[in-house]
Amino acid sequence: MTGWRAGILSAFLGLAIWQGIVWFAGLPKFILPGPALVAETIWTSRALLAEHALVTISEILIGLVLGSILGAATAIALAASPAARALIKPMLVFSQAIPVFALAPILTLWLGFGLASKIAMALIIIFFPVTSATFDALMRTQPDWLALAKVMGGSPWRIMRHIKIPAALPGFATGLRLAAVYAPIGAIIGEWVGASRGLGYLMLLANGRAKTELMFAALIVLAVFTILLHAAINRLSTRYIDQR
Amino acid sequence: MGHGRAPVTQAPEITLSGSATWAGSPIFSDISLTLPAGQWTCLLGQSGVGKSTLLRLIAGIADGLDFKGQIAFKPEISGRKVTFMAQDDLLLPWLSAQENILLGARLRGDPPDRKRAAELLAKVGLSDHAHKKPKHLSGGQRQRVSLARTLMEDCPVVLLDEPFSALDALTRLQMQDLTTELLLGKTILLVTHDPSEAARLGQVIYLMEQTGLRKIPAPNSKTPRSLDAAAVLKTQKMLYQNLLSHPELTQ
Repeated sequence: MTGWRAGILSAFLGLAIWQGIVWFAGLPKFILPGPALVAETIWTSRALLAEHALVTISEILIGLVLGSILGAATAIALAASPAARALIKPMLVFSQAIPVFALAPILTLWLGFGLASKIAMALIIIFFPVTSATFDALMRTQPDWLALAKVMGGSPWRIMRHIKIPAALPGFATGLRLAAVYAPIGAIIGEWVGASRGLGYLMLLANGRAKTELMFAALIVLAVFTILLHAAINRLSTRYIDQR
Repeated sequence: MGHGRAPVTQAPEITLSGSATWAGSPIFSDISLTLPAGQWTCLLGQSGVGKSTLLRLIAGIADGLDFKGQIAFKPEISGRKVTFMAQDDLLLPWLSAQENILLGARLRGDPPDRKRAAELLAKVGLSDHAHKKPKHLSGGQRQRVSLARTLMEDCPVVLLDEPFSALDALTRLQMQDLTTELLLGKTILLVTHDPSEAARLGQVIYLMEQTGLRKIPAPNSKTPRSLDAAAVLKTQKMLYQNLLSHPELTQ
């Protein structure tokens, strides 16, 4: 069975189990709506879902781009300078001890209820995996390439640019794949803490009014987007980085 | 020479004497080695005896090695003088053959001389493969790109760290011939564990053992020598005997 066939079959199996639970347990729709009702809600509320999805997707994509750039730049600075490693690395490790969730209210306080605080959340949550994966890859350059570069009289910056960075791209791609999965988490947390738009906001709103099927609809839309984002990044990295 | 280029800097004689330790344990002690100007010196020995370390010391890339002694180039050369080739071709997988040859210029920020790169690719017989990535080349072709990159560096001293040992027997012979032809006139140090390679290519042969370096007389004839020449076979036998160092095993 090929990968995508298995995937589709697995999705149908999941939906069947879900519908089965709803039927056999006789759950009311405000506790657990069945997949058919959720699908119907996605269709009937498509305009509402699209409007809020657009907000969340912008937050995720902007956070992803900024977080990746910042993460890669930090990794390069750390790899280039032992002083930066000594000063910044402990700070990075310490920052991981702070639960990102706890930062959300502060970010909302500082950056307001708009896009900025959610972008910041997404950025913070992906920064560490991108930095860490890229940095590790930069430090693992084949030693003999570096020896050859040194014998050739290369300057440290040119060795970084022409050898270490290209050699570290697969590591960066690994970080990016993780980031594609983490970034939506950041955006949603940001929206839960304080927002007037976005899928996270819509979920809270629907939940509060016992419109559980709308909450599930928003959840499914978010999950599908996350899977597509991950697949797109996976495909781009395989095509341009791993297969070179 | 040829192609209207200025001749390479005159090949120097290199002498090295001293002792080296790595992390406290001795690698070699009190050795003395002379690489005659413009000739092939072969350094033969079993793995782990410190041959590659010695080569890296001359190349200036023996990181972490504690060396007490001196390395002298006669005449003194300013600027870059040494380049090396290893068993691994060290080609960057994301660059084409031609871009790999131009790597040195890139790393130094010099303008890339594409015309010369193309000439060198032709010399090693790979004109049709200029734009291929290393993974689309065979092991022998990759090592020829590596040779072209070495020639591009245009250094009077070339250090070869078992560059032929990963190749199949026939490719190895062809590569040895091509390398001898193209590196003519440069001062060469070839590190190898293969006695027949040393007997075929060495104008000077050293045997490296735990106890130090020993000079073994090399055939006088022009290199690359024929594998079945009497002098080559004789030297080869002598090298095997010395390597085995247990007379009862060699009869």
